[in-house]
Amino acid sequence: MIKWLIRIIATIYVGMLVGVPVGSIVYRALKPGFHEFFNQLGTPSAVHALVLTLEVAAVAVTLNTVFGLGVAILLARHRFRGASLVEALIDLPLSLSPVVIGLALVLCYSTTQGLFGPLLVHLGITVLFSFPGIVMACAFVSLPYVVREVQPVLIELGTDQEQAAETLGAGPFTVFWKITMPSVRWGLAYGVLLTTARVLGEFGAVAVVSGNIEDRTQTMTLWVDSALTNFNYNGAYAGALLLALISTLVLAALSLSRAKEGRLR
Amino acid sequence: MSIEVRSLSKRFGKVSAVHDLDLDVPAGSLTALLGPSGGGKSTVLRCIAGLEIPDAGSIFIDGVDVTRVPARDRGIGFCFQHYAPFRHMTVWDNVAFGLKVRHRPKPEITHRVTELLELVRLDGFAERYPSQLSGGQRQRMALARALAVAPRVLLLDEPFGALDAQVRKELRSWLRDLVEEMKVTTVLVTHDQEEAMEVADQIAIIRDGNLEQVGTPAACYDHPANEFVATFLGPATLHDGDWVRPHDLVISKSPADGAHPGVIERITQLGFEVRVEIHLDDGSDTYVQLARRNFDELAPGVGDHVFVAVAATIPIGGSENHAESDTRPSA
Repeated sequence: MIKWLIRIIATIYVGMLVGVPVGSIVYRALKPGFHEFFNQLGTPSAVHALVLTLEVAAVAVTLNTVFGLGVAILLARHRFRGASLVEALIDLPLSLSPVVIGLALVLCYSTTQGLFGPLLVHLGITVLFSFPGIVMACAFVSLPYVVREVQPVLIELGTDQEQAAETLGAGPFTVFWKITMPSVRWGLAYGVLLTTARVLGEFGAVAVVSGNIEDRTQTMTLWVDSALTNFNYNGAYAGALLLALISTLVLAALSLSRAKEGRLR
Repeated sequence: MSIEVRSLSKRFGKVSAVHDLDLDVPAGSLTALLGPSGGGKSTVLRCIAGLEIPDAGSIFIDGVDVTRVPARDRGIGFCFQHYAPFRHMTVWDNVAFGLKVRHRPKPEITHRVTELLELVRLDGFAERYPSQLSGGQRQRMALARALAVAPRVLLLDEPFGALDAQVRKELRSWLRDLVEEMKVTTVLVTHDQEEAMEVADQIAIIRDGNLEQVGTPAACYDHPANEFVATFLGPATLHDGDWVRPHDLVISKSPADGAHPGVIERITQLGFEVRVEIHLDDGSDTYVQLARRNFDELAPGVGDHVFVAVAATIPIGGSENHAESDTRPSA
């Protein structure tokens, strides 16, 4: 009886909090018909926002994958001075509001008042209100995911298998690609997935550093927001659904490949 | 291939794991590093393998100083305590790993892996994953993997530690035969003195990072260098200030010269032998191990008054054991 009660409460909670709002987006986005859906997403500003979002995601996710893997190995395999400081810094993006992160980047990279401003002017690099700034903001907010997914897997794995490979004649490069990587691949895959989802959905930090310039620095979330502000509800819903679909597809691909491998074992 | 360990020292932080240790392993022999847990024997093995860098001292394999040579170039096969199977690879790929890494031609790999899987009786398991094997099978897979690259030296860290008693005994004699057949110099680490004495040609007793004694199992058992070795290698009781093996004590029902009177407190039947615990009149306790037949002849009971005499004491630190236990590399 109590078991059933708990199940019902849990279902209602998740349903009301997640299911109904997401469901209503799907409903509202498709209500005007597929024609309108594609029309809205076919406008030049929407296409530009989508392309920019995917480009930013590609770069930011790649950066955080490589960096995250490296840091995870460093933290899991080596004891060094300042390790706990690195640990704390890795988790910082989770506890900071994205708007604060955006502001922090402005304070560093603004050409007029930023810490590195004069240097950037001298080198002729613009960070704020352009692609590098958006990538930086997205990489910042999504920093912890790969590290936090891979690190515990590495610790659980231990060094026995890597050492065994070494005694069998494998060099560091071979050990990494043949032993370490295959062993952490699912942790890494989930880390990449979470990072991707976070980058696709990032709003606050990007809003601050990008300047939200239509057709230039407007990402998909910003486009949805401005559509909403301009009372273009059909556009806002279509954009929102597209973002949700991309994340869902990535998750589905991952689950499928994992299930396929599970059957082989 | 002989192994020589010279003045080996290794510390982990403030703990000294191995202290100025010398050891010779003759070519083709099976040497057991025996001692209590945490005594440094695994560290010695890992230093030979190149998995630990010694703080001081040198390792020679076949007369060549390999102290600074990385593990992958030492020509060793290493079996880890928990086998360290590559969990994401099949049995076949596990065994083939060393050959693939060394870019051997494909037909050779196929031939060698097939041969090895047969040797360790895992043919038919090639497509399984390590998680689908029993402990004993995993152990044999790890051995095949280590042997695939035809190592000059085989190093085994507690090879039977994680197996149950039955499988352990089986694998022991199997390993003994295997090593003899492959003629590969083998060093194994164990804390089980029975295992060491059964399997090894030579045992090296290591305690607290120091080598206590090296020699054949018989030499170490019969002529232990010190009290620790005497008591570690087999049961021993203190009798009139001398260490005595319980099977070297004789009990009789009538007084004899030098025999101590006492009362039987407990009798335990251990299959072919019987253990008789006696409380001596001088207040000390001792126990005697008797063959079943001798026990039946005497037919003692709990509470009986008996006399305990010493047939032989353990010659601890005797000078003659040195000659017997000293070994030189024959390579």
